[in-house]
Amino acid sequence: MTRLLDVLRHDLALTGTKEGCGEGECGSCSVMLNGVLINSCLVPVAQADGADIVTIEGVCGQEKLNRVQQAFLECGGAQCGICTPGMILATLHLFDRHPHPTQEQIQEGLNGNLCRCTGYMRIFAAAEKAASSDSGAIG
Amino acid sequence: MLRAPVREASRGQLGHFQAGIRPLDTQRRGEQLQSERIVGKPVFRKEGLAKVLGAARYVDDISLPGMIFGATVRSAVPRGRVRSIEYGPGIPWDEFTIVTAKDIPGHNYVALISNDWPCLADGFVNHPQEPILLLAHPDRHLLPLAVGAVKIEYEELPSVHSIEESESGTTVVWGEDNILKSYLLEKGDVDAAFREPGILIIEGEYTTGAQEHLYIENNGAIAAYSELEGVTFWGSLQCPFYAHKALMAVTGLPEDKVRVIQVETGGAFGGKEDYPSMIGAHAALLAMKSGHPVKIIYDRMEDMAATTKRHPSRARHRTAVTKDGRLLAADIDFCLDGGAYSTLSSTVLSRATIHSGGAYYWPNIRVRSKAYATNTPPHGAFRGFGAPQALFATERHMDRVAKAAGLTPEEFRRRNLLRTGETTSTGQEIRQQIDLPGWMERALDHAGYYEKKAQFDRQNPDSLHKKGIGFAVFLHGSGFTGSGERYLNSLVGVDATADGRIRVLVSSTEFGQGTNTILCQIAAEALGVDYDVVEMAPADTSIVPNSGPTVASRTAMVVGRLVHSAATGLKQTLIASGLLSETYKTNELQNAARAYIATHGALCSMSRYEAPPDVYWDDQKYSGEAYAAFAWAAYVAEVTVDLTTYSVTVDDFVALQEVGRVLNPVLATGQIEGGVAQAIGYALYEKVAWDRGLMKNNQMTNYIIPTSQDQPKIRVFFEEVPFEFGAYGAKGIGELPMDGPAPAILNAIAHATGEEFNAIPLLPEDIAERLAMRAAVAAEMAAV
Amino acid sequence: MRSYPADYDLIAPGNLNSVLQLLHDEAGEWTPIAGGTEIMMLFGAGKLAARKLVSISLPDLGQIVEDGDSISIGGGCNFTQIRHHSGIQKHFPLLAQCAAWTGGIANQNRGTIGGNLANASPAADSPPALFAYAAELELISVRGTRRIPYEQFHLGYKKTALAPDELIRAIVLPKRFEKALGYGRKVGPRNAQAISKICVAATGSLRQGRVEEIRIGMGSVAPTPLRLLRTEQVLRGAVPNAATIAEARRVMASESAPIDDIRSTASYRTLVAGNLLEEMLRVFAGASR
Repeated sequence: MTRLLDVLRHDLALTGTKEGCGEGECGSCSVMLNGVLINSCLVPVAQADGADIVTIEGVCGQEKLNRVQQAFLECGGAQCGICTPGMILATLHLFDRHPHPTQEQIQEGLNGNLCRCTGYMRIFAAAEKAASSDSGAIG
Repeated sequence: MLRAPVREASRGQLGHFQAGIRPLDTQRRGEQLQSERIVGKPVFRKEGLAKVLGAARYVDDISLPGMIFGATVRSAVPRGRVRSIEYGPGIPWDEFTIVTAKDIPGHNYVALISNDWPCLADGFVNHPQEPILLLAHPDRHLLPLAVGAVKIEYEELPSVHSIEESESGTTVVWGEDNILKSYLLEKGDVDAAFREPGILIIEGEYTTGAQEHLYIENNGAIAAYSELEGVTFWGSLQCPFYAHKALMAVTGLPEDKVRVIQVETGGAFGGKEDYPSMIGAHAALLAMKSGHPVKIIYDRMEDMAATTKRHPSRARHRTAVTKDGRLLAADIDFCLDGGAYSTLSSTVLSRATIHSGGAYYWPNIRVRSKAYATNTPPHGAFRGFGAPQALFATERHMDRVAKAAGLTPEEFRRRNLLRTGETTSTGQEIRQQIDLPGWMERALDHAGYYEKKAQFDRQNPDSLHKKGIGFAVFLHGSGFTGSGERYLNSLVGVDATADGRIRVLVSSTEFGQGTNTILCQIAAEALGVDYDVVEMAPADTSIVPNSGPTVASRTAMVVGRLVHSAATGLKQTLIASGLLSETYKTNELQNAARAYIATHGALCSMSRYEAPPDVYWDDQKYSGEAYAAFAWAAYVAEVTVDLTTYSVTVDDFVALQEVGRVLNPVLATGQIEGGVAQAIGYALYEKVAWDRGLMKNNQMTNYIIPTSQDQPKIRVFFEEVPFEFGAYGAKGIGELPMDGPAPAILNAIAHATGEEFNAIPLLPEDIAERLAMRAAVAAEMAAV
Repeated sequence: MRSYPADYDLIAPGNLNSVLQLLHDEAGEWTPIAGGTEIMMLFGAGKLAARKLVSISLPDLGQIVEDGDSISIGGGCNFTQIRHHSGIQKHFPLLAQCAAWTGGIANQNRGTIGGNLANASPAADSPPALFAYAAELELISVRGTRRIPYEQFHLGYKKTALAPDELIRAIVLPKRFEKALGYGRKVGPRNAQAISKICVAATGSLRQGRVEEIRIGMGSVAPTPLRLLRTEQVLRGAVPNAATIAEARRVMASESAPIDDIRSTASYRTLVAGNLLEEMLRVFAGASR
């Protein structure tokens, strides 16, 4: 039984997805599985059979950054950067459900992604900024 | 007296959180500052693009050809002799590389200050999780099973697990008397002051617990060895040259046969200042013996249980204050729990000792401080480095002293906060133009302190949600203490490459706090070129000079200053050579650089640290100029204590700090917000559950840090009193926000509940116990 | 990651009948894995005793079916489905709330209610709401289905009424609480992603100032999720005054058995449980005016 996280990082060399805790608490391993945010350290790859997975490597557009990535740069949403891939995916998942999220919805949408550097403020600001900017689809 | 105006760096204009962080456009002293193009601007983080793309490569993202994996077998007991080691069944041991203390070619210690920290235990262990032997194998997943299959028998010996136990001397576990280090700081005549008639004497004891760094990236190392090149260590680390020195000692290899490279580091907070020397040495030993590159990555459980934490502390304050509320004398006893080996305890204790006086003028003060050994994994550097512990005690105590003197906390501070021209507890004269009462007032104003205090006092009696507001005023010395910076003797370079790129050469590392960005900003500003053409040379000991460790809030102030002078030197060289005129565009400088290199072979300008004048420190007397500069702050916390659950919520937080110069408003604001969040955790959430030196709650599920739904809005305000010997006036910023939130929050809780809590972490269980006890006593008294 | 992947087998027959047949034929050999949030955590920590796992991520188990009388939540439904289901939000709001409290967003997307109940942690967030709403469990095996009241499901610490070859087919909630008052609260170390120190959910009604109906479920105060039957008895028919509350606290302390553990203390739990009861009664009294 192999974890989806290990398949991504070792078999597919997609190292953008990180392992911070191995217990589904920190969210740095989060990816989209069939359009839904999950912690890949808790998913056996057999249960992802046939699934559509989006990792941070799949977020950037062809010509330019995804609006969430751009907002993170502008607002200082990344400090050490280790939580950033998961945080960006969680923000995209939030927008899928709430395209114009309230303050409370932003805070709740990111509640499974721990950041030790920022105190979350710049990340919330980046989410707000990204929600209010024009473009936005993945890819 | 000129005062730098307040700059609000964080204000939601378009959205609740949206930063609207804008370049600080206020009045400045001097035209020079007004013409800055890059310093003071919110330029993008230098390595930010890689981070948002997920392309930044941390240690565990890197693989080398032929690389195998390493793991550590650790002590299961707090103290004892190793009687036997057996390699159990079910593991193909012949495929493993095994390293014990006997395999260490050089010295069996991890070099730091004293050399008492074994790299591998040699027959005797002094704390749970102490490394005993190392294993390596190509199959990463086999290692945990192999570690579990090593059976070690111990002869256990009595062990010590608290400051009190260590202090009692019943069991001696280190040196003659368990004392890793002690200091005596004295100013004036404390004993005479306590004999003065008509004074009030207030006593208190304050304790702080251990804190886990919980960087989201665990410790990790890759090492490779060849006879030709020696050892190379790629690590998640703060101080490449600390690791370099440690690896030289362990391997016995000469300076040019040890190479340390810092790779992208996912958070550090001090936890990767000393510990990487240990894990790097382990990887190096396995690489040398196995003949393969070796990667060691800790999982979360191992990292939490085995690596350093913030020193727990106990402070006893005895304060003499005059009837009109002036501080007369302090007699302070301050202790740290250092863990099993001395590591950095002497310097943490030093900073705690010096900061125990807080931001007050003391005519007389005595601080007796000791660091005690216990059988715990050694405690180490953690943002603040002794100051959070010391300032928690002092700022809690001052609220109680104010109360005893019949003054409000703010009036008390107005009468006692340091002023320009007065001396600190080490006799250091404050030369900068400071206005602590003014800054305090401004912070209180931003927080709506007076209105809220009155409002809460009115509303609390009828509510199950008790609200309170409290504050702390404090300081943090920037850079190394005393003669530390002279001792570090930092060296910095700025060079140009043959293709016209400008590089900053420092051993100062980036781990989220913004080193790369601000140093490139400074270089670009000084050189008069665009920010985009300046980059950081790799933090590789074979390429960069030793600019000192990335600690002590010294990078902007000390290293930045050297970057400025090295960059200026490079510009002057080009102008003097005739290849560049006095005014120029970016590409013209690049062309000149290329031309210069074509003729001379290289273009590099170095700058060596020079101490500011009039900075004298006496290590024996423990007095003088402790720090080149202090940064100052006033923090206000508004809390709700829920009497149904006894939980504390921080509803609003105002952080006002004077930092000399804000080099990048987005990064600076982020540093303050992150530090405040970490300190809220320190005060209210983060408790290490010890079982005879073993951390029982070594999983993220059970070691609680705030989530996004726990964070209050943190409102950040900056003041600037430029420090002439810091880069563009900058002083240190990174550790300051760790010092103030805990006492501000507990002062607020005292206001909300009328109960004085003096220990952190303060959990709902502690509040419940106290309030229930109070209710029980009240009920008994009513019944009488 | 402390487990050796090759030591563990995970198979996915893909349909309910095959899974049930396997559980029956090779009884005791195979451990069902649904969303995996609990099992994979143990796997990562090197503490998963079960070596052979069979996936029960099955469409048959992942439906929420609503009719005039009840809502039937498939055991394989995840907490995201549960919290966002409009019928559950309307008829069983406390359960929607408990689902929203379970873990963080990503774990809600995977964790299933059946897996949560079968794991039988006394700290689980949903059980109190199931007590409050008189839930029944539908259990299924090759022998067919049977229904039991939720009160009969937990037999002891991490011990349930499930036979070794049985799965939780559905949780059935009767639609008779639309007019009931509801109260739910979770007390944890932080606002999200927290294992509860204590959690409670209650439904009830007041008539002329007296408690008429009352059902209270509580977590983290006993080896199993607990329905506070004797406390309910004290409250039923009583006026919620200081004396009633004091008696209710006393009886609750005697019918529960909170402990000191890594998360909290027995005395805190006892004190706060009583405070929550008081708060519940205040809320009910306020709502029924």
